Amino acid sequence: MSTNTDATTGVPAQRTGGDNKPRKPAKDQRFADGGGVLNVFSHGFLALWALLIIGPLIWIVLGSFKNNSEIGGSAWSWPSHWSFDAFGRAWDKGIGSFFVNTVIVLAGSLTLTMLLGAMAAYVLARYEFRGNKVIYYFFVAGAMFPVYLALVPLFFMVKNLGDVIPWLGLNQYVGLILVYTAYSLPFTVFFLYSFFRSLPSAVHEAAMIDGCSHSRAFFQVMVPMAKSGLISVFIFNVLGQWNQYLLPLTLMQQQTGNDPDHSMLAQGLMNLAQQSGYASDFPGLFAGMTIAMLPVLVVYLSFQRQVQAGLTSATLK
Amino acid sequence: MRHRKYPFIFGFLVVPVVLYIALVIWPYLQTFGYSLTDWSGASPEMNFVGLDNYVKLFGDSVFLDALQHNLLLLIVLPLVTILLALFFAFMLNVGGKGGTGGVQGVRGSAFYKVVFFFPQVLSVAILSVLFQGVYRTDQGGLLNGVLVELGIEDPNQPWQWLSDPNLGLWCVMGVLIWSGVGFYLVLFSAAMQSIPKDIYEAALLDGAKRGTTFFRITLPLLWETIQTAWVYLAIAAMDAFALVSTMTPGAYYGGGPDHHSEIMATLLMRNFVTFGKAGYACAMGVVIFFITLVLSVVSLRVTRREKIEF
Repeated sequence: MSTNTDATTGVPAQRTGGDNKPRKPAKDQRFADGGGVLNVFSHGFLALWALLIIGPLIWIVLGSFKNNSEIGGSAWSWPSHWSFDAFGRAWDKGIGSFFVNTVIVLAGSLTLTMLLGAMAAYVLARYEFRGNKVIYYFFVAGAMFPVYLALVPLFFMVKNLGDVIPWLGLNQYVGLILVYTAYSLPFTVFFLYSFFRSLPSAVHEAAMIDGCSHSRAFFQVMVPMAKSGLISVFIFNVLGQWNQYLLPLTLMQQQTGNDPDHSMLAQGLMNLAQQSGYASDFPGLFAGMTIAMLPVLVVYLSFQRQVQAGLTSATLK
Repeated sequence: MRHRKYPFIFGFLVVPVVLYIALVIWPYLQTFGYSLTDWSGASPEMNFVGLDNYVKLFGDSVFLDALQHNLLLLIVLPLVTILLALFFAFMLNVGGKGGTGGVQGVRGSAFYKVVFFFPQVLSVAILSVLFQGVYRTDQGGLLNGVLVELGIEDPNQPWQWLSDPNLGLWCVMGVLIWSGVGFYLVLFSAAMQSIPKDIYEAALLDGAKRGTTFFRITLPLLWETIQTAWVYLAIAAMDAFALVSTMTPGAYYGGGPDHHSEIMATLLMRNFVTFGKAGYACAMGVVIFFITLVLSVVSLRVTRREKIEF
């Protein structure tokens, strides 16, 4: 991955013997120990941890090709038949529809979160008015507290809302979309607030002088300028909402036997795991996990720089 | 222009603020109110009982155990995760051959970062199912399989991991550490790379060794990032519900065996959903709130410190 060339000389670093290279003697002797021992030492630990991360994941993928007796027998058994049966079973058991449910809810909640979050953050960051700070701190406070605190009243609120407006109640996409959005707002506003503050005001002022309206200035001037911040917070929200477990567990419960199962992927997978405890279809379960992990892996590998930068800068801001 | 400003501000703020107050702030406040009642959650009937729930809470030995487990998580999880992450970040950034001013990374550091970070993007449900497989008590479990293969463990008496009263909570902590280290590694790594190289150059000219540069330069300059990490991990430790409730044994929301891995959140959910003690559960929520509040105050104090500008 890393070409690891010496930044000053452009010579590829070598693992051994590099210390005596005549072309850059002064540099390499700055550290008295030269680094050879430490290099082996660090590679040892780093490789061990990498193995600890990759090992279980590969084991799961292999498990989805095994049959039940191979899985139960020994952790070291090798799949004997390499068929995709388990994947078909997992898909039929609902992984497919859970996937669709999750995509529907995330599409709605991410759009709303980004739109509403950016709007609120922008107004709070760049306009002076009474109550400005109060509203901002109101949002910041919400980012600090665990969701359990609200869980009991939230459940009844959504339930009661569903009695009045059916599509906002329990086990409804729209209800969950609004809840996801509301709980993502504090962080989104908090992050984008400081981002909008840091943008230069000259461009915006020029647009205003040219007769641009406030909302047009936001959508056509400020949003494009804030693109990098918006991407960071978007990635943060994708992962956060994708990984959400407690909210769907509480709110997406089937109300009657005829109520369609609107489980999110994480929640559905967990149900599948509990069922397979009885039916003991472990290959099917492992296949379901593989299906659930695959898109995340693809997205992560394609955007890993943005994902890492987004998540870490989000924490530091 | 001025007279058009307020309609605009109102138009942009009204939807997010209403949504936020209705679905986040209002339930938060309601929790405080409900915690003072004997509400069951099932019927609308409720009576004001004052602080009874709180008095009961601190006489409830199961709750006190759960509180202790939360505090244990609060200390051990950040400590281990930060130490491991710092160690790996240092290895990645400075562990390479001596070279450009002591900030030479090892070969393949980008690869390690990608791999280590990956668990962070996995859903908690996947982590749970994955580690249920790893911790399985028979030889089909990955961990027992490895230990038997290494000859550490007797195959006829495999370790019970999650259902062992003394191990259960530590097993969950292992998963949290496993998934968290990569994130903090990347965080520390970014902070290390933002330290200007001249500082190292100067130290090296004065004859400093690698260890000295770490303890005298890297660590002090990273201190603020480490404190931020600590607060984040402490909040994560309060939030171990998903893993504990799904991985540990126990009829409703885990916490077993015999409450040995119980945390406040699992107890809260069981009291609310299973036992129909919504008021009592809300009181637990308030206790969690106050602990988190203390953490947040600590974090605000941390971030208020003056930043070191490079």
